[in-house]
Amino acid sequence: MIRLEQVSHQFANGTRALSDINLALSGQDFTVLIGPSGAGKSTLMRVLNGLVRPKSGKVWIGDTEISRAPERVVRLERRRIGMVFQSFNLVKRLTALENVLLGRLGDMPGWRSTLRLYTKADRSLAMNTLERVGMADFAWQRADTLSGGQQQRVGIARALAQRPQLILADEPISALDPKSSEQVMELLRDIQKRDGIAVLTNLHHLDAVREYAGRVIALKSGSVFFDGSVQRLTDEITRDLYYGETADDSSSHAQSNVPALSTDNQTGSPSFLLE
Amino acid sequence: MTNTGIAGTPNLEPPAPLKRRLLLNRLMWVGIVALLIWAYFGTEMSFPRLFAGAGESWKLLFGEADRPGSGFFPPDFRRFPEYLEQMLITIKMAIWGTLLAVILGIPLSVLAARNTSPNIVVYTLTRRLLDFLRGLNEFVLALVFVVAVGLGPFPGILALAVHTAGILAKLFSEGIEAVDTGQIEAVQATGASPLQVLTHGVWPQIVPHVVSMTLYRFESNVRAATVLGIVGAGGIGFYITESIRGFDFRAACAIIIMILISVFLVDTLSARVRQRLT
Repeated sequence: MIRLEQVSHQFANGTRALSDINLALSGQDFTVLIGPSGAGKSTLMRVLNGLVRPKSGKVWIGDTEISRAPERVVRLERRRIGMVFQSFNLVKRLTALENVLLGRLGDMPGWRSTLRLYTKADRSLAMNTLERVGMADFAWQRADTLSGGQQQRVGIARALAQRPQLILADEPISALDPKSSEQVMELLRDIQKRDGIAVLTNLHHLDAVREYAGRVIALKSGSVFFDGSVQRLTDEITRDLYYGETADDSSSHAQSNVPALSTDNQTGSPSFLLE
Repeated sequence: MTNTGIAGTPNLEPPAPLKRRLLLNRLMWVGIVALLIWAYFGTEMSFPRLFAGAGESWKLLFGEADRPGSGFFPPDFRRFPEYLEQMLITIKMAIWGTLLAVILGIPLSVLAARNTSPNIVVYTLTRRLLDFLRGLNEFVLALVFVVAVGLGPFPGILALAVHTAGILAKLFSEGIEAVDTGQIEAVQATGASPLQVLTHGVWPQIVPHVVSMTLYRFESNVRAATVLGIVGAGGIGFYITESIRGFDFRAACAIIIMILISVFLVDTLSARVRQRLT
């Protein structure tokens, strides 16, 4: 159970990203986040795993409130939330298997991980998750030698290796061709159904939204515009969402995508090592 | 309609901001010339002296006619085994000097990179420290370490290590600042600790850069190590001074030839390795 209470956020440059969001993600929903570029979808995901600390409001992961918690606490909670990225973000010079093992880092003591001493259990888990996404044959291949679709499947395996309760997938298919997109979405749906892991993903193509979504949350200019089952998402709503006027429409179009994380920490410090 | 457009006097004045820039440009040239004139006096530069000396240079190279063997040629390789041993010690000094510099340089580079430094104070202090280390010439450092730990290759190694640590840490930190933030974010998103982000997100990305820069500095450390012996910090350098002070120019020539060949071999080898990095 993850809850957002009156969450608002703006970036250091003053751009408003989220305003007064109240949300609860529970159970094993397949939830799709939609909305125009700059509506705050990516920021919302990064608020959920604590990579972005909102300027105000509360973020509950289970019984822990993470928006003001020390970095160490947030990090421990973050282990239960896997993340899949638009540009895959595999560590390119590591093998597929090593990339999946990254998913185990959160549960490893520092010295063991520095020496790359993964336990047998972790290595088996990593291999099994690669098997699960159909990439076991590529385990020993360097990540940058894989195709986009293959990289994304390894990315999903990395998230699975965390044994997550929730997978956040930030535009997982927008860099993929139609066939790979389908494989990736089928995989995410299968994971949600069979493994009972909640999935929250943002998608740009409404066809895919109608195909895969259970619940839809639409964001517009940083606010929740629609929240309900996909059956209730009418053409009229989507038209208003993407083409309709709002008071601050001009400013929302001016918003860029989420800036690099290193600059929008709560502290405004450029460092990702800052505790 | 024929000539009206070009009949009048055209305005040849450039716009004001451009005019100011042109003036500044001219002042800059005046300044450069003034600097060169200032730098000339006191240096005893004399081209006539250079050309007068050039006429006698064959005597220096091949010796006076009445004193055969008093020039640089032919080289005298009679003490070859000794020179070879010293040349190898020179290379060993460069190897250990560079290795110690890498060991010192890696943690320093993390503190000196904008995106991994814990805060601005540590960042600034580390940067200044690196400036300081780089500013100390190997030769000067060797003099200091000879006093501190005595004559021999060891002070030479320390001198190379300290100076090179400053250089490598700066170069490594530039590599760290250029890492792909997406890969870093992905490692962070797994719940990895800051140390783990460094070892699994940053490190794999900078390995080729680190190896390449290390080899590059190793090459220049071999060159630097050849002269450290002049101040008693070990290696072949001592033998150059010794032979020149004893007017044994033919021996000095042999040593210089050996240095040139060794440096050439080391450079070629390390350039090959660097080319293969991906």
